[in-house]
Amino acid sequence: MIEQLYQEIILDHYKHPRGRGLREPYAGEAHHVNPTCGDEVTIRVTADLSDISYDGLGCSISQASASVLHELLTGVPPGEAARIHAAFVELMQGRGQIEPDEELLGDAVAFAGVAKYPARVKCALLPWMAFKDAAARAGVGATEVTA
Amino acid sequence: MSSLDVVKVRADFPILQREINGHPLVYLDSANTSQKPRQVLDAMRDQYERHNANVSRSVHTLGTEATTAYEGARAKVAAFIGAASPDEIVFTKNSSEAINLLAYTSAEFLSLRPGDEIVVSEMEHHSNLVPWQLLCQRTGATLRWFGITDDGRLDESRLHELVNERTKLVSLVHVSNILGTINDVSRIVARAREVGALVMLDCSQSVPHLPTSVAGLGADFIAFTGHKMLGPTGIGALWGRAELLDRMPPFLGGGSMIETVTMEKTTFAPPPARFEAGTPPIAQAIGLGAAVDYLSALDMRAVHRHEQEITGYALKTLADIPGVRVFGPATPEGRGGTVSFAVDGVHPHDVGQILDDLGVEVRVGHHCARPVCARFGVAAMTRASFYLYTTTEEIDALARGVEHVRRVFG
Repeated sequence: MIEQLYQEIILDHYKHPRGRGLREPYAGEAHHVNPTCGDEVTIRVTADLSDISYDGLGCSISQASASVLHELLTGVPPGEAARIHAAFVELMQGRGQIEPDEELLGDAVAFAGVAKYPARVKCALLPWMAFKDAAARAGVGATEVTA
Repeated sequence: MSSLDVVKVRADFPILQREINGHPLVYLDSANTSQKPRQVLDAMRDQYERHNANVSRSVHTLGTEATTAYEGARAKVAAFIGAASPDEIVFTKNSSEAINLLAYTSAEFLSLRPGDEIVVSEMEHHSNLVPWQLLCQRTGATLRWFGITDDGRLDESRLHELVNERTKLVSLVHVSNILGTINDVSRIVARAREVGALVMLDCSQSVPHLPTSVAGLGADFIAFTGHKMLGPTGIGALWGRAELLDRMPPFLGGGSMIETVTMEKTTFAPPPARFEAGTPPIAQAIGLGAAVDYLSALDMRAVHRHEQEITGYALKTLADIPGVRVFGPATPEGRGGTVSFAVDGVHPHDVGQILDDLGVEVRVGHHCARPVCARFGVAAMTRASFYLYTTTEEIDALARGVEHVRRVFG
């Protein structure tokens, strides 16, 4: 059971985060906090999503999720990023009943197991919600996603 | 004093038979909420099945029985903490409400104004910090606080400067919910007396675990909650010296707290009724009374001694695991059965999740005491907390779990 949560891919992103660290220039920034556990993440995006930088503090799920987000969405056309974003949110809110689209979600399919742990879904979503706000502030037009 | 028969005690707690994720339940989260013995559950069921009626307002038999049981619970709780009279016990929803009751009424009762000072500590649970912050915002009074030493004790080095002639009230945690520290408040109480300040103690983590005498503590008020001492949720208490409660204005207005009411004006009942507006948590109070009976029959000295043994064992066991850092006092002396720790390189959320997979239930996070986490430079901690039903085998299960955590994240 627990192995479904702590997939090798997740532990690898946690121990070796991709693209971590806040960078300039950026067009939008958002800082999100999970008040129940104190996890936090800051995300910066350029208007064309050519760079997504981040920093954070928290559990393996929230921090690996930020790393995967960086890898999946950086340099992707905004419309495509919105589709991936929506698919990830849907997967997380699916209570483990949704078959993830590996082609669309890449390493993020490893988070499918998280959806079975309601207390941890918010950990996985934390960077994605921060990204949504940062993108809106940057005027990334097509990232109209609902959560 | 007889020692605690833990096997016999455990048989009284139905939930301890449960399995979690295929493992026997190892419940190490009693500082969060304790489990409930059958005796408490039976008392509440009996109340609802045989004696249910509203209190303090019915002439009928059931109403009289309910009132007798409710007031009987008040007397039991009063005796349990050595109060001078049952009328010194105000039933509340929980400790937070008890502290808020004092914080809300003290603006008027203490005539607080800019220049006055309220003193707390960095070790407080948010429930003994936020109400005082709000009070200071409303009145212009200044909030000041004791710091924490590196070994997790109150830093009293600035006592005379912190508690001074401007201090109106000192409100301190008696036993830390995160570090386990038992604060010896005698010097602070003596200093408060010297300058004429009142003293409130947050006893949420001490009344359930230590023999308590309000006279011995020397405080003016204490707050505690039923659900951490084998009782149900929804019932707590504020104890206050009768002459102080007498001078305090009402907190919540409504039924039961009045003397006479006209359309223009109301006069108020004496304490404790003055502070118990509306229908109270009747069955919950009766459940708390049964919990107090249960603890008294075991003898709180025996409960405390058992927890000291478990705590000593846990501190030693955790210290033997590489990469584990324990926060707070390193030995069981002056320490309650709450042990918070860090596992190197692993976030507490992940520690708690993997332990849960093995049936070991601990709390992770900031434990409603973020300033304590900040003081020790961490965002969160993993906390194991013990009670009268905790065994050394459960501590061994915790240790095996922590070793497993280290392997998963190795």
